[in-house]
Amino acid sequence: MRQKFDIIESTCVPLPLENVDTDQIIPARFLKATTKDEKFFGDALFRDWRFDREGNPVPGFVLNRPEFSAEPSEGVHQILVAGKNFGSGSSREHAAWAIAGYGFRVVISSFFADIHKNNELNNFVLPVVVSEEFLAELLAGVESDPQLKVRVDVPAQTVTNLATGRQERFEISAYKKYCLMNALDDIDYLLERKDIIEAYEKNARAF
Amino acid sequence: MNTLFDKIWDSHVVNRIEDGPQQLYIDRLYCHEVTSPQAFDGLRARGIRCLRPERIFCMPDHNTPTHDQDKPIEDPVSRKQVDTLEANAREFGLSYYGMMDPRNGIIHVVGPERGLSLPGMTIVCGDSHTSTHGAVGAVAFGIGTSEVEMVMASQCILQQKPKSMRIRVEGKLGKGVTPKDVALFIMKNITTSGGTGYFIEYAGNVIREMSMEGRLTLCNLSIEMGARGGFIAPDETTFEYLKGREFAPEGEDWDKAVEYWKTLRSGDDAVFDREIVYDASEIAPMITYGTNPGMGISIDGRVPQVADIPEEGRASFSKSLSYMGFEPGQQILGHKVDYVFLGACTNGRIEDFRAFASIAAGRKKAEGVTAWLVPGSWEVLSQIREEGLDKLLSEAGFELRQPGCSACLAMNDDKIPSGKYSVSTSNRNFEGRQGPGSRTLLASPMTAAAAAVTGIVTDPRELMD
Repeated sequence: MRQKFDIIESTCVPLPLENVDTDQIIPARFLKATTKDEKFFGDALFRDWRFDREGNPVPGFVLNRPEFSAEPSEGVHQILVAGKNFGSGSSREHAAWAIAGYGFRVVISSFFADIHKNNELNNFVLPVVVSEEFLAELLAGVESDPQLKVRVDVPAQTVTNLATGRQERFEISAYKKYCLMNALDDIDYLLERKDIIEAYEKNARAF
Repeated sequence: MNTLFDKIWDSHVVNRIEDGPQQLYIDRLYCHEVTSPQAFDGLRARGIRCLRPERIFCMPDHNTPTHDQDKPIEDPVSRKQVDTLEANAREFGLSYYGMMDPRNGIIHVVGPERGLSLPGMTIVCGDSHTSTHGAVGAVAFGIGTSEVEMVMASQCILQQKPKSMRIRVEGKLGKGVTPKDVALFIMKNITTSGGTGYFIEYAGNVIREMSMEGRLTLCNLSIEMGARGGFIAPDETTFEYLKGREFAPEGEDWDKAVEYWKTLRSGDDAVFDREIVYDASEIAPMITYGTNPGMGISIDGRVPQVADIPEEGRASFSKSLSYMGFEPGQQILGHKVDYVFLGACTNGRIEDFRAFASIAAGRKKAEGVTAWLVPGSWEVLSQIREEGLDKLLSEAGFELRQPGCSACLAMNDDKIPSGKYSVSTSNRNFEGRQGPGSRTLLASPMTAAAAAVTGIVTDPRELMD
C-alpha cells in the first residue's frame, strides 16, 4: 500500500458519527487472518454496519447509498469524513488495513485516537485533523451535494472544501511528510541507523 | 517537566529526529497471536531477524478456548493463528508460552505476574491494553502491527512524545467501590477522548493505598480514557509484589534495582500539561448503559436525557441507546441480566475472584443467568484453588473455566448471543464486542457477582455485610 502522496482532489464519503471505534471499523472475528490481504480487509470495512447478519447490504448505511457506493478511484470517494474521536479503542492495525483496502487515502476528522492515527500513517492513509467548524460544514456540504470535492495538498499542508473555499492548514511533522511524499516507512529509516541503537545499549541500564 | 514520565521516556530516547518523532528504545515487547503474524511476514520480506530476541515474549491468549485446552482448538482459523505464533516464535528464537504451559494466560496478566514487567521499563505490545503494565511503574503502551515489526527489527519505535497528565484521587473510597469503579468514574468525567495525546500518572492517597491488582485494573483502563498509557510510581506495594517473581532481579541485583526504583517518582516541582483531582467520596459503584466505556452512571443513577448531550453527540447517543434497548432517563438497576462475565486483562486477577466470591459466598447463581468465570492465567487459577475459592464458587453454582481473553472480545467460542444483556468485568462495551448484537454493561467484579446471584442489575452494597 505504499503510495507517494502529493495532492489529492476527491469527492468524499460522510460518516457523521462520533467515537467510531476500531471494533466497528473491523469486528474482531476478521482479526484471525494471518496475512495482510487488502481485499479481505477492505470487504470487511464497517462490516456490521454495512451488512446484516445474512450478508445483505444495510440500505441506509453510507457505503450502500447509491450516491456514495461507487468504489474509490482517482478523484472519487477517496476521502472519508468522520465525526470526532475516530478510531478509538483497540490497537488493531487491521482497521487501517480495512480503510486502505477499501480505497480511502485520506480520513478527515476533528479528532483521532492516537494508536489508530499512527496505524493509518504507517499504511499510507493520511489522517487530516480539521476544526469542528470545518468538519460540520463539510459533513453538511457532502450530504447536500455528494459531488462536493475536497483538495488535500500534502506539500502545502492544506485542506480545502472546494465548494465553499474554506481552507485550513493541518499538522504533520516534516519527517512524516517526507516519508509520505517519498513512500518510505519508519523501518527503512531505523535499519539504516543500527549503530546508534548499539551505542545506546552500551550505556543503558540493564534490566 | 521533571515528571516520572519524562524521566523514564527521556532515558530511553536513542535519537531525536528533527521536526519528527523520537526514537525510543524498548525494553520489552510482548506478542500475541492476533497482531503479530503480519509483522513476522514483514521481517521475512525484508530478509531480517529480530534485533534483540531475548527481549521478546510471545503467548497466545485471544483465540484460546476456555475449556479443553489440552485438545487442539476446534475452530481451524483460530488454531492456525495460534500455530502461526508458535512457528514464528521458534523461527525467530523467541520465548513462547503456549496453551497449557503453566506460564500461559492473558499477556497483560502474565507480564507483571512473572516479573517480566518491571519499574522504569519501556514496554510495548500490539494491544491497546498494554497500558496495564504501567501499574508497576513502567511506560507501557499499545502499538499497531507495523510498529510491532519496527520493534522486532530495531528494538526501537518512532513516536511523538505524549503530553503528561496527573490524575489524583484523594480521600476514602466508599463501601463496594473498587478500582474498576474509579476508572469508570474517571472515564465518565473526562470521556473516552479526554486522555488522548497524554500519558497519565495516577496519584493521590487512594492510589497509594491500592493493591497491585487494583493498580493493574486502573492502568489497564487508561486507553479507554483515550490515553496512550497510565502508570503509578513504584513504591513498597510494587516491590513487595515483584519480589521473588521469576524474572525479577535477585540478591544483590534486587537491592540495586530497588534502590534505583525508589528514585522513580515525579519531582516536587514537576509540571504536568494537565492535572485533575477527584474526591473519592463522590465515587459510587458504576455501570455503563451505552456503547463506549465513558457512558457510565452510578449504579443507582439514570441514563441521561437527550437534552443533557451536546448537539453534535446526539446522533451517536441515540444510536447507542437504540442498540442497547434503553430509553433516556431510565434506571439500569433492576434490569434483567442474561450473562455475567468475570475475567479479562481488566479484572481477571486473584483479587477480582476474591471480590466476586465475597458476594457469591452462601448464595446461589440465579436461574437464567449464564456465568463465565475466566481466570486471567494458570497462575491465577492455581491461586484460586489454593485459597479454596473454587469450592466456594462451586457451592454457589459457578464453574471456573480455563484462562484466556474469552468473552471480552469473543474471538473464541465465548460469545454473548445477539440481543442478550451481559454484565461484564471487561473493558469495552462497543457494539458487537462480546459477539454480534451483544449488549454489554461494564462493571466491577462485585457488581457482576451481585447480578449473577440475583439475575438483575443489583447494587452490590445491598449484598455486603
